[in-house]
Amino acid sequence: MSSEWPLWEIFIRGQHGLNHRHVGSLHAPDAEMAVKHARDVYTRRNEGVSIWVVPSSAITASSPSDKGPLFDPSNSKVYRHPTFFDIPEEVGKM
Amino acid sequence: MYAQMVKSEATNEDPEKLAAFQARIDAGEKIEPKEWMPEGYRKTLIRQIGQHAHSEIVGQLPEGNWITRAPTLERKAILLAKVQDEAGHGLYLYCAAETLGVSRDELTEALLSGKMKYSSIFNYPTLNWADIGAVGWLVDGAAIMNQVPLQRTSFGPYSRAMIRICKEESFHQRQGYDIMMKMAQGTPEQKAMAQDALNRFWYPSLMMFGPSDKDSVHSAQSMAWKIKINTNDELRQKFVDQTVPQAEYLGLTIPDPELRWNEEKGGYDFSEPDWSEFFEVIKGNGPCNAERMEARQKAWDDGAWFREGLMAHARKRAAAKVAAE
Repeated sequence: MSSEWPLWEIFIRGQHGLNHRHVGSLHAPDAEMAVKHARDVYTRRNEGVSIWVVPSSAITASSPSDKGPLFDPSNSKVYRHPTFFDIPEEVGKM
Repeated sequence: MYAQMVKSEATNEDPEKLAAFQARIDAGEKIEPKEWMPEGYRKTLIRQIGQHAHSEIVGQLPEGNWITRAPTLERKAILLAKVQDEAGHGLYLYCAAETLGVSRDELTEALLSGKMKYSSIFNYPTLNWADIGAVGWLVDGAAIMNQVPLQRTSFGPYSRAMIRICKEESFHQRQGYDIMMKMAQGTPEQKAMAQDALNRFWYPSLMMFGPSDKDSVHSAQSMAWKIKINTNDELRQKFVDQTVPQAEYLGLTIPDPELRWNEEKGGYDFSEPDWSEFFEVIKGNGPCNAERMEARQKAWDDGAWFREGLMAHARKRAAAKVAAE
């Protein structure tokens, strides 16, 4: 029987209070070992203060072919950006 | 280079799809694993990234050879950290290759069966401590030449792995040069050891870039796909131009009587390595090929019970957790 260790996706919180960010993946037999491996593989130079590990099989991804229907609609809504509106200088900082 | 003589695969696909794919690459877009890609692109990348990963892993062996005999505790700790980095680099690259639909075990088995290669350079022995300096300085120096442009490669996971690797790689080259400086400024015997290491590693380092590929169709295809950024000759020239002044600073002599500055081309003229030696090493007849493969095979075999044991433990714990709920 093949016993290849399952794949885990690794997320690391950097030092500056940012979100956990995906840094890569690795194989490990279970979650506990995945955390240990992630420490060795992805934080050898002080890159993190916290690690999340998620089984790769648990991730549902959007399909590349849905890129258009999913993301194009936001292109036409420029008013969502504050720079869309002109505020007179006299009003001051806003 | 770490990936030498990677043959590109032919592609027989819808010309319209191929053109759209090429246009994306030409526009500098990154290709991500789940997106459509030509079969040839996928297969060539598996071969190239896999070979690169194997090189990182096998590359631990010649240096690991000196961990227990490093001259000071500090040098030992540094070398240990460097060799651990190489393991990390191998893992980043294996993961990048796996996104293309090949499994880790398949890659390992292809290495062990000889179906996949690793860089020719790791089939040379590290005979003494000066060799560790020469490996860091020259071998990692040559690797960086190739890896820096590969950060811009078209395949997203490969590019991201290269960015991580490049961040860590200059530590490797500097630690090698630091060893060379210490030895070159040491006793006459130590300086002679440094010169001897340079003599032995110079041509094998030049071979790392592979034979000239300016007329190669494989190379042309890989360059169009941006999985190869420069020709082998370009990179080799750059490496020589960068390394000669570094050797001069050390007071060491590059073992090439033909080496001289060429004002017109703005680079050095130098002798080609012995390519028949290169092809022998690639075929498996280098000084350490058998030893390297034996070590990898042994690690794989001896680790089997451990890999399976941890998996069995994980299954048992998962089952116990389900039962408790």
